[in-house]
Amino acid sequence: MSPDIWGELFRFDNYAELLVLVRNSIIAGAVLGLTGGLIGVFVMARDMAFAVHAISELSFAGAAAGLLLGVGVVEGSLAGSLSAALLIGLLGSRARDRNSIIAVLMPFGLGFGILCLALYSGRAANKFGLLTGQIVAVDNPRLTALLVICSIVVVGLLLIWRPLMFTSIDAQVAEARGVPRVAVSIAFMVLLGLAVAVSVQIVGSLLVLSILVTPAAAALRVSASPLLVPLLSALFAIAATVGGIMLALGGSVPISPYVTTLSFLIYLGCRLVGGARNRGRRRHRAPTTDLAVR
Amino acid sequence: MPSRRPSVAELTEVRPAAAPAGAPPTTVLAMHGATLTFGERTLWADLDLRVRAGEFVAILGPNGSGKTSLLRAVLGTQPVTAGSIEILGQPVRRGHRLIGYVPQQHLADRGTPLRARDFVGLGLNGHRFGVPLPSRARRRTVDAMLATVDATHLATMRIGDLSGGEQQRLRIGQALIGDSRLLLCDEPLISLDLYQQRAVSTLIDASRRDGERAVLMITHDVNPVLDMVDTVVYLAGGQVRTGPVEEVLTTEVLSDLYQTRVDVIRTRGRIVVVGLPDGAHEGHESHPRGARG
Repeated sequence: MSPDIWGELFRFDNYAELLVLVRNSIIAGAVLGLTGGLIGVFVMARDMAFAVHAISELSFAGAAAGLLLGVGVVEGSLAGSLSAALLIGLLGSRARDRNSIIAVLMPFGLGFGILCLALYSGRAANKFGLLTGQIVAVDNPRLTALLVICSIVVVGLLLIWRPLMFTSIDAQVAEARGVPRVAVSIAFMVLLGLAVAVSVQIVGSLLVLSILVTPAAAALRVSASPLLVPLLSALFAIAATVGGIMLALGGSVPISPYVTTLSFLIYLGCRLVGGARNRGRRRHRAPTTDLAVR
Repeated sequence: MPSRRPSVAELTEVRPAAAPAGAPPTTVLAMHGATLTFGERTLWADLDLRVRAGEFVAILGPNGSGKTSLLRAVLGTQPVTAGSIEILGQPVRRGHRLIGYVPQQHLADRGTPLRARDFVGLGLNGHRFGVPLPSRARRRTVDAMLATVDATHLATMRIGDLSGGEQQRLRIGQALIGDSRLLLCDEPLISLDLYQQRAVSTLIDASRRDGERAVLMITHDVNPVLDMVDTVVYLAGGQVRTGPVEEVLTTEVLSDLYQTRVDVIRTRGRIVVVGLPDGAHEGHESHPRGARG
């Protein structure tokens, strides 16, 4: 790699001063990591990674429309992702229906967003930022909005944690045991919509999966404990967002590649660790015997 | 296929496997004239059934005859068109704490962040809101259930990594935990090898032997549980027959149910049914045309 490119990617001159300037961004990244890491566990348990991508495209469309109409990017992206999440939740209770609805929504959202951006005559940086992230520009009102939304998501998740896990694993048994399946699923979709909308603000709609899916997938590689998986997932997501912001500080490249690369490297590491551990366990585990039942 | 009103099904009075000395066993489930129709189609009508604690009931019948709907009606997730269903003397309602349910097998995937012990524990308080907090009493209850279903050695394994038979035992543990009084199983032996079938059916049988619990089990093949079953509920063509195996699984009864000559042959301790109408063959889940009742 030539020194020029290296200098574009990483530069640590006056680092301490820069750090003060991006204090808001780092707080935003950490809170977002916590939120994304926690909800990611359920995205994996419910097998909804594809749905997250569709919601983020609609969130992008909403944000672009918000920019064009002057309503505001945050408001627009919230409206877009919430309506997408609810549509997917209401129409796609079965995986097959869900996939087709997602495939229908995704190109529409992307196309609509591009249309809005094409009509928008403002600053070009805003346009690009919606797709690939724009974390450096987190001012105080935006940080407040993000903190409020993320708290709603985290508190909401903690409240419905057990029944949500139950319906994710076996909806029929959960329903038989008295879990209000539809209400819990819709509540989850709303929380997911909120989480996607705030993630779009930071990493951009194209890369939301790196916060909402990759950390949880990585955590699942190394553990199956219902306590450890969410903790690790949140930790990985925070490491990726905060680490990505700190690495990107001096460079002149957008923030997202740093976040996504860190997230990917963590996943890779977890795969290696998990793989090695599984091989070890298989060697130790006695030949499978389904013992006679008492 | 036109649906016909069945002749009055007799109220079953069946001997429990192990009644506690003295008092007669409690009635866990009572159905009176229960009828389920979807539009023009009658799945079953005038179903009278009394199931007592300690009893093992097998639900048989061709595909589409309403076996799963019957379990769902008992669970309260499928309202009946007419008649009544009572659980322990109370009308059915959704989310009854004393009913354990094992729906048709579907395997957990690796993306499930649960170990075997967590999976069984969901049966205890998975319906409660909030985050699960560790508790010693809960841990003991789960440990005891893991031992009952012979899964102590699997406790910390990822649920998605376990075999079909192992997962099925854990699902039964999840349904039994919390002292359920009625266990509903939908084809629990399907896609298991003979050894696992034996292990799972023995487990289900054992769960009612103390006389506290009744079992309702859908099965396409009665033979693996032939020596355990007290009562058979046979659904076919909109009609129902209930009674002991030797009274229901006969050439006369099945011929009458299917409106065609059906031979029931007992050979080497097994029951073989010959001459079922096309599409009504037992044991062929993938048959393209299930006999619709």
